[in-house]
Amino acid sequence: MASITLEGLKKTYSGDVHAVKGIDLHIEDGEFVVLVGPSGCGKSTLLRMVAGLETITEGTLKIGERVVNKLEPAERDIAMVFQNYALYPHMTVYNNLAYGLKNRGFKKDEIEKRVQVAAKMLEIEDFLERKPRKLSGGQRQRVAMGRALVREPAAFLFDEPLSNLDAKLRVQMRVEIKQLQRRLKTTSLYVTHDQLEAMTLGDRLVVLNAGQIEQVGTPMEIYARPASMFVAGFIGSPAMNMLPVDYLNEQGANGLLDHLPDGTDIVGIRPDDMHLAPPSAPHLIVDSTLALFEAAGAESHLYVTLAHSDQPTVIRVSGQPPVAEGETLRFYVTRDALHPFNSATGKRTED
Amino acid sequence: MVENRPWANFFAHAVLIVGVALVVFPVYVAIVASTQPPDELMRGTIPLLPGSHGIENYTQMWQSGVSSANSPPAALMLWNSFVMAMAITVGKLFISLLSAFAIVYFRFRFRMFFFWLIFITLMLPVEVRIIPTFQVVADLNMLNSFAGLSIPLIASATATFLFRQFFMTVPEEMLEAARVDGAGPMKFFKDILLPLSVTNIAALFVIMFIYGWNQYLWPLLITTDPDYTTIVMGIQRMTSEENPQWHLVMAAVVMAALPPVLVILFMQRLFVKGLTETEK
Repeated sequence: MASITLEGLKKTYSGDVHAVKGIDLHIEDGEFVVLVGPSGCGKSTLLRMVAGLETITEGTLKIGERVVNKLEPAERDIAMVFQNYALYPHMTVYNNLAYGLKNRGFKKDEIEKRVQVAAKMLEIEDFLERKPRKLSGGQRQRVAMGRALVREPAAFLFDEPLSNLDAKLRVQMRVEIKQLQRRLKTTSLYVTHDQLEAMTLGDRLVVLNAGQIEQVGTPMEIYARPASMFVAGFIGSPAMNMLPVDYLNEQGANGLLDHLPDGTDIVGIRPDDMHLAPPSAPHLIVDSTLALFEAAGAESHLYVTLAHSDQPTVIRVSGQPPVAEGETLRFYVTRDALHPFNSATGKRTED
Repeated sequence: MVENRPWANFFAHAVLIVGVALVVFPVYVAIVASTQPPDELMRGTIPLLPGSHGIENYTQMWQSGVSSANSPPAALMLWNSFVMAMAITVGKLFISLLSAFAIVYFRFRFRMFFFWLIFITLMLPVEVRIIPTFQVVADLNMLNSFAGLSIPLIASATATFLFRQFFMTVPEEMLEAARVDGAGPMKFFKDILLPLSVTNIAALFVIMFIYGWNQYLWPLLITTDPDYTTIVMGIQRMTSEENPQWHLVMAAVVMAALPPVLVILFMQRLFVKGLTETEK
C-alpha cells in the first residue's frame, strides 16, 4: 500500500496533440479516487500513464516514495482491471489468477493460498477450473478483479471496469467494489465516464476536461459547489440548468439577484431545486410551458420551455404531479439553490 | 433446410456422389495398379480389380527400389522426404512466428519497410531465385545435404504475413495485462501468443508440410547423391525410364501419398480443438 503522487504530469503525442496537460494530484494511502470526465478528456490516458502502459512526456509520478516514471508496469507494484477484462482465454480461471504470481516467482503453495483467498472473496471458487469463455460477463468481471487482488499490490487501477456489464449487474458490482476496497484499504484509482458511478464510489472525485483537472473534491463537495460550468453540467443527472441573470431579472427576481458575486452573468439551478409550490423563503418566479413529461417511477422529469425564451430546462419533482403537456407552469427557486458562474471564464464566481 | 423436398435431397446427394467419385477414382486406380503383376499394366487396358502381387510390389519398392532407374529403396526416399519436409515446416513456422511477433509488437526504425520487404518476397517463388540460391548453397558446401535441401526454402513470407494478421487481431489489452502481470516479451510470446495461435500453427503446418513434401525442382538440382533422393524425385526417375515399371511406380506413389494424409489427420484434431477452445 502506498500513496500516489502526480506532479505536472503531461502526455503529448506526436503531431502536437496534448492528451494530458499537466496534472497535479496526491492520492492518500488507502484512498479511493475516481477520475471522471467525458470521452476524450484524457482520463484513461492518465490512468495508463500511472500503470506504465503509456510513457510520461513530462512530470513526475511517485508511487509511495519511489519515482516510477521509467519503470515497467510490473515493477510499479500496481494491478489493473481492464475494461474488457483481458483475461487469457486459453488459461483456466485458476491460471489466470496465478499467472502474475508465477511470473514473480512465488512458491506453489503461496500461489494456491492467495488464489483461494481471492476466489473466496469474490465467490468464484466454483469456476476455478473453467475457461473464461464459459463464464458470464459478471463472472469474468470478478475474475479480472481477482487477478488484481491476488497480487496484493500497492494500488489498484480500474479502467472503466463496469462499462461492459448490464445495468443491474453494474449496480451490484459497484457496491461490491466499494465494499472490497473498504475492506482491503488499498489505494485505488478508478476511471469512469458514468457520473453516478463516480459519485457513489469515490472518496474523492477528480473531474477532468480536455486533459486538465476541473475540480477535485469529495463527491458531495463537487455536487454542492461545482467549481465551473463544466463540472456543474457533468455531475448530476439530469444536468444543471443554466439561466442568464438578465433573463431572471426580467422575469421577477424580487431583488434576489442583486447581491450576486461580481462578474456573475449566469446562474445554475439543479433540476431538483425548482419547486412547483412557492417556498416560504424569498424566491424567484419563472413561468414556463411544459414540453415533455417524463415519469421515472419515484420521480418525474419535466422538460419545459421558459416563457419569452427558447431555453430548454429540466425540472425534477418527486412523484407524479397532475400536469399535462402544453400547460403553463410556474416554478420557484430560492436564493441558496443558485450557483453563480461567469459565462466568459466558465468559472464559479464566489470564493 | 427444414422443408422436406425429396427431389432436392436426391439431387444434392447425386452431385456429391459424382464429385466424390471423380476425386476417389484415380486414387482407386493407383491402388489397384500397384497390386498388379509386372506385365499387367502394359497390355493397354487398365484393370479395375485388385491383382495378386500387392505385397510383393510394396516389399520390393520398400526394400530395394528400382536400381535400373537409379531409384533407391522407397524407405530411404520416404525418410529423406520426411526429414526435408519436417525441417522446412518447423523452420518456416519458427522463423515466421518470430518475425511476425517482431513486426507486430516491437517499435523499431524501418518497421514497415521490413514488413514490406518480407511481403514483396511473396512474389518470388523458388523457381525465380533458383540459380543464385544454388550458387550460394554450393559456395557454402551444402550440396548433397539436408541443410542444403531445406534451409533455402525455410524463409516464408506467407506464414509471416498470416501470423502478422492473426497477431493484430489479438486484443492489445492482452499484452498490457501480461505486462502488468510481469511477463516480458518472450514470456508473453510463449505463454500467451503461442497458445492462442495453435489453430493457425496447425493449419500452416499442414500447408507447409505438403509444400515441403512436394518439392521437386530444388532437390533435383541440389542433390546428386542417391542417398538424398526424395520420393518425388524417385518417382520422376522411375517414370522417365524407357519401359517404366508401372506397378512399382504406383506402389511408390501410394506410399508417397500417405504421410501428407497422416499429417492432415493428426493436425485435424488441433483445428477442431483450436476452433472450439480459443476465442477472445
